[in-house]
Amino acid sequence: MNEFLHQFASGLALGGIYAIMALALVMIYQATQLVNFAQGEMAMFSTYLAWWLMQTGWPYWRAFFAAVILSFLGGIVIERVIVRPFAKAPILASVIVFIGLALIFNALAGYLYGYSVQSFDTPFSGRPWFGNVYMSAHESGAVLVSLCVLALVFAFFRFTPLGLAMRAAAQNPVSSRLLGIRVGWMLAIGWGLAAAIGAVAGMMAAPIVYLDPNMMGGVLLYAFAGAVLGGIDNPFGAAFGGFAVGVLENLVGAYVVGAEVKLTVALVIIIGVLVWRPSGLFGRRLVARV
Amino acid sequence: MSAPILEAKGLIAFYGPLQALFGLDIVVEEGGVTALLGANGAGKTTTLRALSGLIRREGDIRFRGKPIGGLSTESIARLGIAHVPDGRGTFTDLTVEENLRLGAYARSGRDKIARDFERVFGYFPRLHERRRQQAGTLSGGEQQMLAISRALLMSPALLMLDEPSFGLAPLVVAEIFKILAAINREEGMSILLVEQNASLALELADHAVLIETGRTALSGASEAIRVDDAVRRSYLGY
Amino acid sequence: MASPERMAVRIATLAVFAFALAFPFFASGYRLYQGSQALIYAIALIGLNLLTGFNGQISLGHGAFFAIGGYGVAILTVKLGLSYWLAIPVSAVVCFGAGFLFGFPALRFGGLYLALATFALAVATPQILTYKGIDAWTGGSSGVLLAKPAAPFGLPLNADQWQFLLCLFCAALLYWAATNLAHGRVGRALIAIRDQPIAAETMGVNAALYKTMCFGVSALYAGVAGGLSALTVGFVSPESFTLALSLSFLVGIVVGGLASLPGALFGALFIQFVPNFADGLSVTFGESAKALPGAIYGALLILIMAAMPMGVAGFLWSLFRAATRVAGFAGEQADGVVVARTTKTGG
Repeated sequence: MNEFLHQFASGLALGGIYAIMALALVMIYQATQLVNFAQGEMAMFSTYLAWWLMQTGWPYWRAFFAAVILSFLGGIVIERVIVRPFAKAPILASVIVFIGLALIFNALAGYLYGYSVQSFDTPFSGRPWFGNVYMSAHESGAVLVSLCVLALVFAFFRFTPLGLAMRAAAQNPVSSRLLGIRVGWMLAIGWGLAAAIGAVAGMMAAPIVYLDPNMMGGVLLYAFAGAVLGGIDNPFGAAFGGFAVGVLENLVGAYVVGAEVKLTVALVIIIGVLVWRPSGLFGRRLVARV
Repeated sequence: MSAPILEAKGLIAFYGPLQALFGLDIVVEEGGVTALLGANGAGKTTTLRALSGLIRREGDIRFRGKPIGGLSTESIARLGIAHVPDGRGTFTDLTVEENLRLGAYARSGRDKIARDFERVFGYFPRLHERRRQQAGTLSGGEQQMLAISRALLMSPALLMLDEPSFGLAPLVVAEIFKILAAINREEGMSILLVEQNASLALELADHAVLIETGRTALSGASEAIRVDDAVRRSYLGY
Repeated sequence: MASPERMAVRIATLAVFAFALAFPFFASGYRLYQGSQALIYAIALIGLNLLTGFNGQISLGHGAFFAIGGYGVAILTVKLGLSYWLAIPVSAVVCFGAGFLFGFPALRFGGLYLALATFALAVATPQILTYKGIDAWTGGSSGVLLAKPAAPFGLPLNADQWQFLLCLFCAALLYWAATNLAHGRVGRALIAIRDQPIAAETMGVNAALYKTMCFGVSALYAGVAGGLSALTVGFVSPESFTLALSLSFLVGIVVGGLASLPGALFGALFIQFVPNFADGLSVTFGESAKALPGAIYGALLILIMAAMPMGVAGFLWSLFRAATRVAGFAGEQADGVVVARTTKTGG
């Protein structure tokens, strides 16, 4: 029983990371109908940025917030410079561009910071949350941070005028423009937010999976699985999906197939959901327009 | 005689490579109401889209004397032109209140905005009752009221409406047109009205333009057009 | 009488084929090995291009079918003692089946979701290959060693030369098959499904059948390529079949030109050459040179999509066509030469 709770709890920690990555993916999907395949590599690069700042002596939280802010700005720049020109192109072109972006970030990280695996500090050490024996201090901290991010994002979209305008721009760009909303900038800010969230996810993941240029490949896959499971057009469904995938991954890995094939769980979830219920648990049923 | 609030000369518009308007002249006087009439597919909606910058357009378009032919849709909206599109364009997944707040998004001045909210709820009390409801669950007439209110909350100088009577019951339509008349009369709001229902439009408007396949067929004082039987029968079908 | 452009393509193809036939007799063993690799990649790229370029279905996971082909041949020859003459076709049929089966659920999602699912497949493949449950067959993380095939019928060729000719034979056959497919009714149906799926259906094209068959065929090509690769390299192991492989296939068809079959060789040479080039540089620049292929691939993917949707080969081809028009050949529009139209894909 203890072992089960331990797997469940650390599944929640990973799940929190997947949940916020899934949220970032869904935010971009809702606004653009595109999946950002480069989200993982962008998050990895942000994490390296924070690592590098800490190597030069910055304290953890200062590096953390610097990385988040720089990622936000970087996301805006990427949207305006690279993504925007392909706004009217077919899906295949955008997918290829995102893969290209991912390759570039991966290469840049390898070039700037090397390919050897590094360790990444966690700000949460010592006694874990409520002194529980099922999670490490970092795992509890990660869950806390994930929940904070989810709460902040929810509050932003629900209660602020800018958040409202962004929701409007995603739902109906034409009507939004007629109201004077600068839809282009809403998209850019959306990308910025997604990049910032990814940075947080990367920095929470790095102490667990260790820092190297390929660290986020698996995380991204689980985030995809979570987003698909929860419903790719429902942000909080996707977050739920992320938590669910984290727990499932751990439990299936511990009790069913062994930890070495955990990624297959993600593959099975994605294909399974897409075959049986493409809109996911909480998404909207889509009808193809003739 | 004040300058027109909106004046378009030789308006040309394209949907991609297809030309849809072939040189229209439209005038809306300051504080006046101009009606754009014509059959289905004549180009009335296209005209509003061109004026709002949603489609490719050419020609001399001036708002209060300043050219707006090269501006983006958002800029045109922020200058003070509120376009209520065909199909209402309400955000169906957002609440009534959120829709209205979006109308005021580009404005500052919380007091004035609050007063405008009151004004709008005064015209359409039903919106106040339903303010926490999802806009998509409103009836057609209520959605039209919502769309108009949202436009009013932009505090515009010119209101452009695309077929406000479409799909609505006559009683509801009458109510809406009464309020449009009140808004024009009491606030001096200039209105450019696209309508299929020519008789209603001609009652409200002081000036009318008849469009036929992207060209001006007739243009003049609405009173004159209303009493001209020949015009009514051949162009307006009644 | 075919148009000048069609004739030019035919002549160029025959010239390349003639050159390739002669290649084993003057090239060194290492160059032959590289040549074989290029031909192998070309086969895989032709297959992927049929699926993505012609039929608009995005696959980020063709490395998985390549792996099935490779492991298939390895298991059939090493564990079951089959001759490679049999092992390659059998493996290819298995891959066709796998692709066809994958194509079924793919019908339901399509477009972006297909990209997601194939991405997941690519990331999961190395893990699946190391799975303990099947490692009696797959050799787990150490993989399987194969014997390199020697020339049959006592032909006076060494192993490298024979392998090259084997790959050439397969590549030529599969290329010929693909061009016939692409330029005929099937090709037009595939393109129609890519560009206007609903219209195609209403005109009687059984989109579901074509799409799943297309998936099967493209998987078959990847499988043949994988099998040949296993024989040429001499082993298969999970690290040979990572996400990077699938992504380099994508790069290959983009650089060569989406929906351009002749471009496949160009793309194959490219994805063969760039990592080798980078490896060479790492002697001077150390480990950071490892980053070069990724950077080049990434930058090219974006630039080509922006500036040259027809790929580098297509760009050079359009230069050629412009030049021949200037030189006075009455340039009728390329009939039968399938023009890469990336203007409408997805769905």
